[in-house]
Amino acid sequence: MTEPLAPPPKKDPQKRSVAPTRPPEIRSRAAMHLTAAAAEGRFTLQCCADCDAVQYPPRDACAKCLSTDLVWQEMETGGQLLAETTVHASPRLFFRERMPWRAGTVQLDVGPVILAHVHPDVGTRARVRIEPRLDQAAQGVLLALPETPTPHMEDDPMMRVLSADPKHRRVLITDARSPQAPALAKILVKAGAAMIFAGEPESWRPYPHRAVLQELGVEFLPMDVTDTASVQKLAGEIGGKTDILINTAQFLRPGGVLSRGDTGFARDELEVNYLGLMRLAQAFGPGMCARASDGVNSAAAWVNLLSVGALSNAQPFGAYSASQAGAYSLSQSLRAEFRSSGLRVMNVFFGPTEEDDWYQQLPPPKVTASALSRAIVDGLQRGLEDAWCGDIAKDIRERFLRDPKVLEREMTLGGEGP
Amino acid sequence: MSKLADFAAGIAAGTIRIVDLTHTLDPDFPVIILPPEFGQCARFRMEEISAYDHRGPAWKWHNISMSEHTGTHFDAPSHWISGRDLPNASVDEIDVEHFIGPVCVIDCSAGSRENEDFELTVEVIKASEAEHGRIPTNAWVLMRTDWSKRRGADYLNMREDGPHSPGPTPAAIRFLIDQRDIRGFGVETVGTDAGQGSHYTPPYPAHYYLHGAGKYGLQCLSGLDQLPPTGAILIAAPLKIKNGTGSPLRVLALMENA
Repeated sequence: MTEPLAPPPKKDPQKRSVAPTRPPEIRSRAAMHLTAAAAEGRFTLQCCADCDAVQYPPRDACAKCLSTDLVWQEMETGGQLLAETTVHASPRLFFRERMPWRAGTVQLDVGPVILAHVHPDVGTRARVRIEPRLDQAAQGVLLALPETPTPHMEDDPMMRVLSADPKHRRVLITDARSPQAPALAKILVKAGAAMIFAGEPESWRPYPHRAVLQELGVEFLPMDVTDTASVQKLAGEIGGKTDILINTAQFLRPGGVLSRGDTGFARDELEVNYLGLMRLAQAFGPGMCARASDGVNSAAAWVNLLSVGALSNAQPFGAYSASQAGAYSLSQSLRAEFRSSGLRVMNVFFGPTEEDDWYQQLPPPKVTASALSRAIVDGLQRGLEDAWCGDIAKDIRERFLRDPKVLEREMTLGGEGP
Repeated sequence: MSKLADFAAGIAAGTIRIVDLTHTLDPDFPVIILPPEFGQCARFRMEEISAYDHRGPAWKWHNISMSEHTGTHFDAPSHWISGRDLPNASVDEIDVEHFIGPVCVIDCSAGSRENEDFELTVEVIKASEAEHGRIPTNAWVLMRTDWSKRRGADYLNMREDGPHSPGPTPAAIRFLIDQRDIRGFGVETVGTDAGQGSHYTPPYPAHYYLHGAGKYGLQCLSGLDQLPPTGAILIAAPLKIKNGTGSPLRVLALMENA
């Protein structure tokens, strides 16, 4: 078992914060597919379409028959630890700061022998389960875990680096008024978050679930993502102890272009969903990046909640979908800009939600706030970049990967003509 | 000395006092809340263009945005459907003489302290007149409730059945228009109508009747407790917005020190 992680001591104000360092980033283009799957928590390797040989490491031609028809496929995760070493000396700053570090070779049940980071709870020549993870360079790596979970295994320093676990971390929910906020705060408390801050816009008008948040010990702080000064002010106050930021601020109204006839709601959608994200990132981003290696409660992740309409316009929420597409694109820019620090950007895509009044007329299935919150915390614990919550989000992702144009056509079907 | 020179000398000497009746334009100041499917009143927002930095080394300035009806503001007749076909009904068309004039204050602060839905009735107006004299023609009438001293959620006082704040009854507004021919009506609350004003007949009687009669509204005024019941002069000049239905403005009152 792993020693349970103790809450970190208060920071020594005379010590310089540890600046972020990163593991090696360079990968071949072929290996990027391993990263892409790891970003969603899927373990994939190439399989030869001609001779069925499973490939490792990723390559351009089959190691057995030289065919170039290699298909990325999801793999069984079982294997056995073959050989291992514990590294005590490394020229890489990232590993020097985290030694000793255990690595080894694993004989996969599906064929190849792979290189993996090895969890300390894995016994010699023991059976293991391979989990793909993103490291702090946001590249896919393989992690060998005990076949059956051991107590507190997620508390190991290696696991903390390869995740954004909310345990002992301080979380900012950007909009307390969001219908998702109570369920989110509840599950964050359960996941061991040290503190939950919530930005509270427009405290001059009441909202129904404030008391629930209060009971959960949430700290309310004034912030409106459409008000630059309020965002800067809050970042000035708590930016240095915001370890995970979850942007729950959303403005949603039905309607496309012609049905609305003006740009009023569209402006609000952009102000909240797109510019709000930008304001938050400009105010909180630099401080979080600077603290991305700052010990047990380092800044770990930036979480965006995005409607799956960001991928392909979802009627009748045409204009809202456009704002989500904008936010999605901005999140990709954020990833690029945060990358050198190791701060993760996780996008959680969801379909229509149960709690949001504007989806009232849509039939089920809808995503509940609890399900969405579970997806957020699960994604943080696994260090994901993209999570898909609910049947509709998963379905649209599948169809988008299959053919974006077909999806567009299906999502925008008109009624019967005159 | 000319009258204007006398006037300037009075201000300089402090015998004429200038009182500010305006709330600061603050991003967090409440605005009227309508059912969410309706268009909404924009909050005041301010974005820095530069602040003596790489965006403009020697100067600081902001872009601001808001509704015509954000903060302390003026309502023109074209704001309401009842006034939309009147001549000179938008802020850019109103004769500037209407922006400076006498003001009467009806003190409803005691009643509003006890009853958040306090109604300004004809009886209340007549009682005030009995004490302070008849409201002259073409005067501003302001309803003092001390509501501007409220902060946070207490200001809109929004509950599940809507906001609760004082305001005039339909009969009181008709009386002010028909019997006193006022210039306009002003309040310390977020609207000239009571918080529950949608339940009168007609709904929102102050808006409906005032603007239908070509009268003006002043809302979100601050500190009406500083004004005498009669004798002050109000300066309320909206921005000259083309076809504007209202405008944020600086409201000043001039009063003679005894």
